[in-house]
Amino acid sequence: MRKILSLTALVAGLSAGLVTASTARADIVVGFVTSLSGPGASIGIPYGRGIQAALEYKGEVNGEKIRLIQLDDGSDPSAATRAARKLIEEEKVDLLIGTATAPSTIAMMAVATELKVPMIAVSPVTGQPNPEDQWGISVPQPASLLVKVVADRMKRDGVKNVGYIGFSDAWGDLVYNGAKAAEAGEGIKVLTNERYARVDTSVTGQILKVLATRPDAVLIGGSGTQGALPLLALADRGFKGKTYGTVALVNPDFVRVGGKAAEGIQVSAGPVIVAEQLPDSHFAKKLALEFRAAYQKANNMPTTDGFSAYSFDGWKIFTTAAERALKTAKPGTAEFHKALRDEILNTRELAGVHAIYNFKAGAYHGVDERALVIVRLVNGAWTYEP
Amino acid sequence: MTADIAAILAIDGIATGAVYALVAIGTVLIFTVTRVIFIPFGDIAAFTALTLAALDARQLPGTVGLVVVLACMACVMELASLARAGELRAAPKAVLGYLVLPLLAVGIVWLVMRISPPMPIRIVLALLLILPIAPLLDRIVFRPIADASVLLLLTVSVALHFALVGLGLLFFGPEGVRTEPLTSLALDIGDVHVPGQTVLILTAALVFSGLLFLFFDFTLLGKALRATALNRTGARLMGIRPARAGTIAYLLGSLMAGVSGILIAPVNTIFYDSGFLLGLKAFVGAIIGGMISYPGAALGAFGVGILESFASFQSSTLKDVIVFSLLIPVLLWRSLASQHSEEEVEE
Repeated sequence: MRKILSLTALVAGLSAGLVTASTARADIVVGFVTSLSGPGASIGIPYGRGIQAALEYKGEVNGEKIRLIQLDDGSDPSAATRAARKLIEEEKVDLLIGTATAPSTIAMMAVATELKVPMIAVSPVTGQPNPEDQWGISVPQPASLLVKVVADRMKRDGVKNVGYIGFSDAWGDLVYNGAKAAEAGEGIKVLTNERYARVDTSVTGQILKVLATRPDAVLIGGSGTQGALPLLALADRGFKGKTYGTVALVNPDFVRVGGKAAEGIQVSAGPVIVAEQLPDSHFAKKLALEFRAAYQKANNMPTTDGFSAYSFDGWKIFTTAAERALKTAKPGTAEFHKALRDEILNTRELAGVHAIYNFKAGAYHGVDERALVIVRLVNGAWTYEP
Repeated sequence: MTADIAAILAIDGIATGAVYALVAIGTVLIFTVTRVIFIPFGDIAAFTALTLAALDARQLPGTVGLVVVLACMACVMELASLARAGELRAAPKAVLGYLVLPLLAVGIVWLVMRISPPMPIRIVLALLLILPIAPLLDRIVFRPIADASVLLLLTVSVALHFALVGLGLLFFGPEGVRTEPLTSLALDIGDVHVPGQTVLILTAALVFSGLLFLFFDFTLLGKALRATALNRTGARLMGIRPARAGTIAYLLGSLMAGVSGILIAPVNTIFYDSGFLLGLKAFVGAIIGGMISYPGAALGAFGVGILESFASFQSSTLKDVIVFSLLIPVLLWRSLASQHSEEEVEE
């Protein structure tokens, strides 16, 4: 009896498999991985909300419905790898989008390349892809660009000598290297390379060292709440010069902790941060306001961050490419995956809420200086500084 | 480096060192009485800062949940071990000590918070919430293995630290906090500006070390603790219960950690995981004092603070390397200079 039962089950399973394989699917399936738990959650949760807003904004392409499957990777690269495999092999997704931390994103990119499914990364990916076998792109502005735009502003402000203090981690290195690279072109000079850890109790020593070189301005290579620590120490020592930073500082807790000491700092950030203040002619204004409305509708709360907007821009790149790819192939097939990849790498002058995107094989990033504006902290609010 | 800069660095180092000193003295206190190197000590300090910040924001802090869960666990474990030993008549006392008292602390905080109390009362409330944590952890984690080797106790202590960091993320969230300064006064000595907060930290460190000294030399309870520290078996023969002495040591120790947490919260942003480095540097200070001498631990901790301050000026990237490299010559000197105690030989 048991034998017959298992045989029946086998036959049923086989035929079911055959049926799925033979029917071309009507809807496009997107696999989205983000960090809803673990240390990456403070970025991963906004990414998740951003993708919900994007789905609300555009839920179908050429009449084909888009089905979104979301998985949590717990900020763990091996969990991200498993999630990516599961999405491709079991759910047969046509596209991967993810995730909140850089190591997990790189791990997912490896799976996407191996199984030949296109991927849109919402975290910065460093390095250079092999143009013959590139299956992924990255949406955010790279650190070098963030710093270059700040350096341009320093030059305009007449700053010559810059003191640098940043985190003693990869982010601190990226910002410092960006500033060093900008030295020649912008005529500025980076005088110090002081570092501190997120859990340090004091930066007095580092700040004294920075001030001993008599800089016109100080560049902060920290992020989030603890990015305010050098600013507080500078204020204690009565520093009157200008301060600069990157979008990594834009966070409500940074403003709360920094208080008066953080006033006046200028950072480079995506235009969506100050959408309401942009001039009507700015490419991001109309779309950013539409994004805000969609976000409000999907999540029932206003946007406060720039991260959710990366998900939104990733979605915009995907849907635009899918419109063209659908003309040549049906979703769920290998031909469609290849067509979608080719069309994503063929994105030209596509306006998002963060940037105007131009992708080509051989590079992960596809943004230029138009992707960043300078904002200044005035009375606890970020203000557009054209 | 000019004299001005050296003076500023020295003052900054002394302030940091004073915070380390409080934690180091607590570490030595717990180690001598219970033989546990209590790694999560820095976490207790960080949790106090986070609790105070939550109280400042008029929220019920995550510590409340932590204390309730720990109290229930400790009570169940105590009752189970009493039942196994056939001593259930002691059950009401156990329930009082391990469940009712911690819950009473939580209840007081909950009631007082409804009338938005001023800053000094909030500090007392934060300490009240933090005090039960270490003794409860002692009951849950260390009491069952009280007679194990120092190495096993240390390993368990490290594991406990990781568990606490995870719980900290769960109860307090990933964002850092900074509390209102306790004082905005400042002193000017010559050309050097000394913030009032630094003076406050230093005073607190001195007052607490002084009180501890008086407690150990002039009270019966203090002498009992010292007796337990010197010789557990001998103390037991004299009618001192090592378990009770351990609880008192944990209470006193967490009071010191709590005070250092409150002192450091306005100076620096504290995260759920900030405690480890704080505890580790205090531990270096305690080792310089040989893990048994309070003045030695305090001096060591001040030394670490000052060294750290100057190192961060000379080479900020290598700051922690410099501080922790200090351990190697100190350990060499210690192991050459000191006699091995009887207990270590037994192990």
